[in-house]
Amino acid sequence: MEAGTLARSGRSAPLERPLRARLPDRVLQWTLTGLAAGVLVLIGFFFVRLYGEASPVFKQYGVLDYVFSNEWVPSQNEFGALPLIVGTLITSVIALALGVPIAVASSLYITELAPSRVKQPLTVLVELLAAVPSVVYGLWGVFVLIPRLKPAEEWFNDTFSFLPFVGGPVAGPNYFITGLILAIMILPIVSAISREVMATVPVEHKEAALALGATRWEMIRMAVLPYSRAGITGAAMLGLGRAIGETIAATLLIGNAADIGKSIFSQGYTLAAVIANEFGEAASDPTHRAALIAAGLVLFVLTLLINGLARYFVIRGERATARRVPKGMAG
Amino acid sequence: MSVAAPRPVSIPPVAARRRRTDRIMRGVLLVMTLIALVPLVLVVYYLLKQGLGAISWDFFTTDPTGRFLGDPGGIRSAIIGTILIVGLATLIAVPIGIGVALYLVEYGKKSWFAQAVRYFVDVMTGVPSIVFGLFIYIVLVLTGVGGTFAGWKGSVALALLGLPIVTRSAEVVLALVPNSLREAALALGAPRWRVVFRIVLPTALPGLITGSLLAVARAAGETAPLLFTAFAVNGTTWDLGQQMNSLPIQIFNDVRQPQANIVERAWGAALTLVAMILILTLIARAIQRRSRYA
Repeated sequence: MEAGTLARSGRSAPLERPLRARLPDRVLQWTLTGLAAGVLVLIGFFFVRLYGEASPVFKQYGVLDYVFSNEWVPSQNEFGALPLIVGTLITSVIALALGVPIAVASSLYITELAPSRVKQPLTVLVELLAAVPSVVYGLWGVFVLIPRLKPAEEWFNDTFSFLPFVGGPVAGPNYFITGLILAIMILPIVSAISREVMATVPVEHKEAALALGATRWEMIRMAVLPYSRAGITGAAMLGLGRAIGETIAATLLIGNAADIGKSIFSQGYTLAAVIANEFGEAASDPTHRAALIAAGLVLFVLTLLINGLARYFVIRGERATARRVPKGMAG
Repeated sequence: MSVAAPRPVSIPPVAARRRRTDRIMRGVLLVMTLIALVPLVLVVYYLLKQGLGAISWDFFTTDPTGRFLGDPGGIRSAIIGTILIVGLATLIAVPIGIGVALYLVEYGKKSWFAQAVRYFVDVMTGVPSIVFGLFIYIVLVLTGVGGTFAGWKGSVALALLGLPIVTRSAEVVLALVPNSLREAALALGAPRWRVVFRIVLPTALPGLITGSLLAVARAAGETAPLLFTAFAVNGTTWDLGQQMNSLPIQIFNDVRQPQANIVERAWGAALTLVAMILILTLIARAIQRRSRYA
C-alpha cells in the first residue's frame, strides 16, 4: 500500500494500516458475526413466541393434560394431543422400519458392490426422490397408492390378523399408507448420510478383511457395518426427524380422525397434519388456535431432541476420520 | 471342505456355505437398491400419464376459475405466485445464508460461538416446515404487519427454511478454497475484506450457486409454510403484498376435490412443479460438475 500513510501513523507498528483502511474489515467482521448471532437469536425467539402463543392452552389444561389426554374434539373445546402424538409415532416407526433397511442396503450396494460405472447414476436417482415435493407424494398416494394397495392390505390384514395391531376394518387412508410414503420421503436423506459415513471406513480395514479371506459380504459385515454403525444410527434419527415433521403428505393420507386407531390400517392423525388441516377454521377461535400452536411446539421440541441426538451419533461416527473439515482449513 | 485341485498357492477354497451367503446377500442388497428406485419410477410414470393430459396452452395462461362445475381453469396465477414467492425467498435466504457461512469459515472457525452457530444451523435444517409457517403466522400475520396474509410473508417462511441449507452447503464450499490463495492475497497486502470479496467468494462461486439452487429447489416444493402465510386466491397478482396463489397450495387444494377435472388440474400442476424443480436441480448439478472445487 502507500508508504506515506504508514509513516504518518506515529506510535503504531510500522506495518499497521491506518484506521480508515481498517474500517471495512471491522464492518465486514461485525456484520458477518451479527448475521451468525442472528441465527441463534432467531431460534430463541422462535421458541419464545411459539410458547407464548401456545401458553393459553397450557394454562387452561396443563402441559401434562394437554400431552396425555386422549380427547381431541375442537367443537367441544377439548384438546388432548395424545391421539396426535401416538399417530405421529406410529407412522414414523412404520417409516423407519420400511425405509431404513432399504436406505442402508442401497447405500451398501452403491458404496461397496456397484460397478463404478453405475455408482454415480444410482446416487443421482436416489437423490431425485428428494426432489419430488411432499404434496406430489400426497397426490400420488391418494390416487394411486390407496386404491392399488387396498387389496394387498386386506389380504395381509385377514391372513395375519393374529399379529398385534393387525385386524379389523381396513380404512382407505391409514397409518400404514402414511408410513409407507414417509419411508419413501426419508429414504434419500438416510441413504445420503449412510453413504457419507460408509465412505469414511478406512480402506485398510476393508482390505484387511479381504486379505484374511473374507467374502465381500463378510467384509461388509465385519469391517463396514461395525465402523459405520453410529453414523447409520444418526442417519436413521435424522430420518425420524423428517418423518415426524412431514406435513402435507401425511395430511392427505392419514385420514384425519382424532382417535387412536386399533390397527395399522386404521385412520388417524398426526401433529403436523392437525395443524395443516384445522388451521383455517381455528383462526377465529383463540383456544383452538393456541392448541394447534401447542401441537407445533411439541413437534418443534421433538424434532430438536431427535436432531440433537442424531447429530451426536453422526459426529461420533465421523470423528475418527474428521472428513467434514478438510486438512489445513481447520485452523 | 473338499480338497481343491493343485494350485500355485495353497489357499483353501472358500466354503460353499460362505460363498452362498455372499451371493445371497449381494443379491439382497441389489434387490433392495432396485426397490428404492421403484417409487421414483412410479411417481414419474403417473405424473406423465395423468399430468400430460391436463397440459395445454390454456392450462398455463388462464387463472383457476374457482368454480366446482364446468371449466376449472388453469394454473397461471399459481405459477406466477410460486416464481415470485420463491424468488423473494431466494433474495432473502442466499445473502444471509452465505454471510453466516463466511463468518463460520473466515472468522468463527473453531470458537465456541461458531460451534454453537453451526449446531443451531444444523438444528434448523431439521425443524419441520410447518413450524416455520406457524412462526411466521404468529410473528407477521397475527400481528398484522402490512395486512394479514401476503406473498412476502410466505417468502420469509420459505427463506427461513432455505437458510440453513444454503449455509451448510456454502460452509463446505468455502472451506474448500485453498488457504494458500488467502495467504497469497494477504501477503500482497490485501485487507481481509478484499480477500473475502475478490478471492474467496469468486473462487467458491460455482459451489455457492449450486448450493443455493438446491435450496431454492427444496423451498419451491414446500406447501406447509405457505398455507397460513401467503394463503391462496384464484386471480393472478404481481403484488407480493397481496394474498398469493402458488403451485403447491393449488395442488393441495385440488387433491381434496371430488371433481375429476379439478383432480386432473392437480396432476398437471404437479407435473409442472416437478419439472420446474428438476430443471433447477439439473442446472445446479451442471454448474457443480464444471467447477474445480466441490
